[in-house]
Amino acid sequence: MSGAEHDGAAAAAITEGEGAVMLSAHAREVIDAWLTRYPADQRQSAVLAALREVQHENGGWVSTALMDAVADYLGMDRIAVYEVASFYSMIETKPVGRHSVSICTNISCWLRGGEDIVRHVEDRLGIVTGETTSDGRIFLKREEECLAACCGAPMMMVDHHYHENLTLEEVDRILDELR
Amino acid sequence: MDELITIEVDGVELPARKGQMLIEVTDEADIYIPRFCYHRKLSVAANCRMCLVEVEKAAKPLPACATPVMPGMKVHTRSPKALDAQQGTMEFLLINHPLDCPICDQGGECELQDLAMGYGSSVSRYSEAKRVVPEKDIGPLIRTDMTRCIHCTRCVRFGEEIAGLRELGATGRGEHMEIGTYVARAVTSELSGNVIDVCPVGALTSKPYRYSARAWEMRSFESISPHDALGSNLWLHTKANRVKRVLPRENEAVNEVWIADRDRFSYEGLQTADRLTAPRLRAADGSWREVTPAAAVAAAIAGLTGLPRGRVGVLTAPMATCEEGLLLARLAQVLGTPHLDFRLGQAEGDCEDLEPGLGGLGIEDVAQLDAALLIGCDLRHEIPMLNHRLRMAALRGAAVSVLGARQPQANWPLHHAFTEAPAAQADVLAGIVRAALEAAGRPLAADDPLAGVAVSSAQRECAQALVAAGRAVVWLGAEATRNAGYGALLALVRRLEGLANVQVGWLPPGANALGLSRAGVRPDLASARAGLSGLSAHAQLLCGLDGWLLLNCEPEIDSGLGARALRALSASRCNVVVTPWVSPAMERYAHVLLPAAIFAENEGSYCNLAGQLQSFAAVVKPLGEARAGWRWLRAIGAGIDPAAFPFETLADLHSAPADAAGLHRPTPSARSPVSTASAGESGAPRFFAEVSMYRTDALVRRAAALQATTHAGTAATLALALAPATAAALGLSATDAVQVSADGVDAGLWQVVLDGRLAEGIAAADVTHAGQVSLPLPGAELTLMMRVPAARAATAG
Repeated sequence: MSGAEHDGAAAAAITEGEGAVMLSAHAREVIDAWLTRYPADQRQSAVLAALREVQHENGGWVSTALMDAVADYLGMDRIAVYEVASFYSMIETKPVGRHSVSICTNISCWLRGGEDIVRHVEDRLGIVTGETTSDGRIFLKREEECLAACCGAPMMMVDHHYHENLTLEEVDRILDELR
Repeated sequence: MDELITIEVDGVELPARKGQMLIEVTDEADIYIPRFCYHRKLSVAANCRMCLVEVEKAAKPLPACATPVMPGMKVHTRSPKALDAQQGTMEFLLINHPLDCPICDQGGECELQDLAMGYGSSVSRYSEAKRVVPEKDIGPLIRTDMTRCIHCTRCVRFGEEIAGLRELGATGRGEHMEIGTYVARAVTSELSGNVIDVCPVGALTSKPYRYSARAWEMRSFESISPHDALGSNLWLHTKANRVKRVLPRENEAVNEVWIADRDRFSYEGLQTADRLTAPRLRAADGSWREVTPAAAVAAAIAGLTGLPRGRVGVLTAPMATCEEGLLLARLAQVLGTPHLDFRLGQAEGDCEDLEPGLGGLGIEDVAQLDAALLIGCDLRHEIPMLNHRLRMAALRGAAVSVLGARQPQANWPLHHAFTEAPAAQADVLAGIVRAALEAAGRPLAADDPLAGVAVSSAQRECAQALVAAGRAVVWLGAEATRNAGYGALLALVRRLEGLANVQVGWLPPGANALGLSRAGVRPDLASARAGLSGLSAHAQLLCGLDGWLLLNCEPEIDSGLGARALRALSASRCNVVVTPWVSPAMERYAHVLLPAAIFAENEGSYCNLAGQLQSFAAVVKPLGEARAGWRWLRAIGAGIDPAAFPFETLADLHSAPADAAGLHRPTPSARSPVSTASAGESGAPRFFAEVSMYRTDALVRRAAALQATTHAGTAATLALALAPATAAALGLSATDAVQVSADGVDAGLWQVVLDGRLAEGIAAADVTHAGQVSLPLPGAELTLMMRVPAARAATAG
């Protein structure tokens, strides 16, 4: 995995302090907006939204320092944020590439050649699922379970966008367009 | 409110309260249902599924720990359906559990091992790979073998619900779920060792005890903790005359089922290389020789009686038993000296102290408090299990405020935190007291010094919470006791004594402050008898005397006076030292060394802060020729005045009347309660003496594992803590080296540490690391000279 060069992206989202990091003004704004939906004594309800936003600003992953910042902002124990972040597969806790690619291999996609697509992409990119290309361009997420697009199987998700009824050529075209 | 119903379990009718969980009812009736995650002091998780039982009319087996009883419910705990469910659960639990019982410390006392014997199959059907979880280093106290973990989450719930500090958690999911700290981090809770007890398997075990004994090889004895005045009840497990480990002994009225780490791991201090094992005398040339006990006692008698009357000091650590205290008081009387004290670190020892105690409360009452004000009291680190009770009250909604020089890392919600230098604390307290008296409808006289005191809204809220509470306390703690300004705080606190609902208490350091107070081991109590004005420990060591009788203490460390105390001790003519350990300093100032039994080797009783007298017996033989302190004291006393020491046994001592006629409680002092000494007039910070929780007494200071924790600090570099603003005003930054002096006396080289929780205008230091240094007196103005590091000086040159 070649995450090191993407750590630079983190600087946009955070302000380095004395060993600790601060949430960006925008992240705090987004979290505050979510907080209005929950009772005042249930601030931890916003943890998933907060992690999602912080991850988005931070180039697709959350560092321990950022999780600490979220915990402090929401008044949670830090370990409780680590638990949530490590539980949900949509939160990455290690540096990843610029584009996130998830290929579904659950039953409908599997019947329609999803596994062939995974193998093809792995060969083409020279990485296996869970890894990022050495140029930091593409992060191939660990095999994804059903993303609820069975009618368009086989499918994959690229940076939150669904691509359905895939062929190998179509996959190549989509991946080539990623910069 | 508790509606009684009847349920039927295994054909037996049982009474139950509506809403109770099934497992509570069966436990009370002694019907055993296997379980791992259920713990009666923790919340219900129902995640191990081991307690599945058959309930008639329920489609599936139900977990007994999470099934509320219903009227007429029929339960079968041993039916084929129940057993099948339990056996199935066990098979799944064992899938990933390593069969490494022979090399597991939990072997022989393991809940999983026991239940596997009862419910497990002797042959595993599982032939696939087992998961392995790498070992995690979570500090010097707890060893982890997380491959053995069955994810019951008891340790996680303990951290959240009892310790009030969630450090362990379950990260990852499914097959990849792991219990741990996620980032490499030592657990820091003062109660962390309890997770060893709640862990049903060998995933969390004691690091110091590891591989040193098996459960079935040890004998178990009752004892009492010697470290704080809660008096936690202990089980000591011994093998071959050594204490191998310490576990909590259940006592709902005192420590429930928990103990603090200090109680659990301090036993290591019993077996150190510096134990004194034979009596010794110092020859004129300074060399030491071992002598018989009789010769040593004779030398002690000759030495002490050869000193002028009223020129002998008697000092003891507050770890001394009531019996030792009684003998010390009587010895002081026989020696004609009023100078005896257990308040070794008390800077203002001449004030009219309260009787140590919670202020008339029982320990269980603390959880029912509605409001509290802690003054100079870092309760969480001073008396951890009492803090647990107060935390229960605070979580229930009690308004707990603190006034101190360092904002405490409280594990409960703070109502108000007043963080002020000691010199300014009296002003804050005066405002609170004034507001409280006014809120209670007690108008102040026009000439009352409180009448002119300003009151902020925070002070008023704090005061109103105290007055409005059904039950409230104001406690003075060890931090206040140790520092300048204590007398002023005490005088102010006493003004609250008349309020009906507010109890005033004093929580001095040590296990037996109340017992020793009642035995008369205090100069104010001895003065009347001796017809002389007794000197406190600090006054003795600062003024100097001709000789001392010392019990179980290291005065230069316990007093916080360092080399000042050593100079006084070295200048005296005869020091008789009854001690379990011998330090190089002791070898320089002592004349007679008598080896004492301590903790598990000792016998006697402690009186905790709620006034409960708890006795304990010796469970291991004292090392070498060491003997219980009371035996040495009795021998010396009987040699001086046999009529005053008609004691042969501990039982005789118990029947002896205490010498203290009860503490006199003077009317509030007429002197102005408002302190005039304000901090920083000259810009110089004032010295603030601290003692961290694992440095409180000679035993815990020798417990290796506790000393390896971050709480204990280190003697390698003396650390001087400053608030960032204070440091900035002085032009200092973190890791700067400063030469410290006070009143022209050099106090050595210290390293600056920044601490944002500290009040401005003071410099705080753990005084127990600086026994060889002429420590400044608490409250003294410090002169700080920055030392340019050698490397930087070279570059500059």
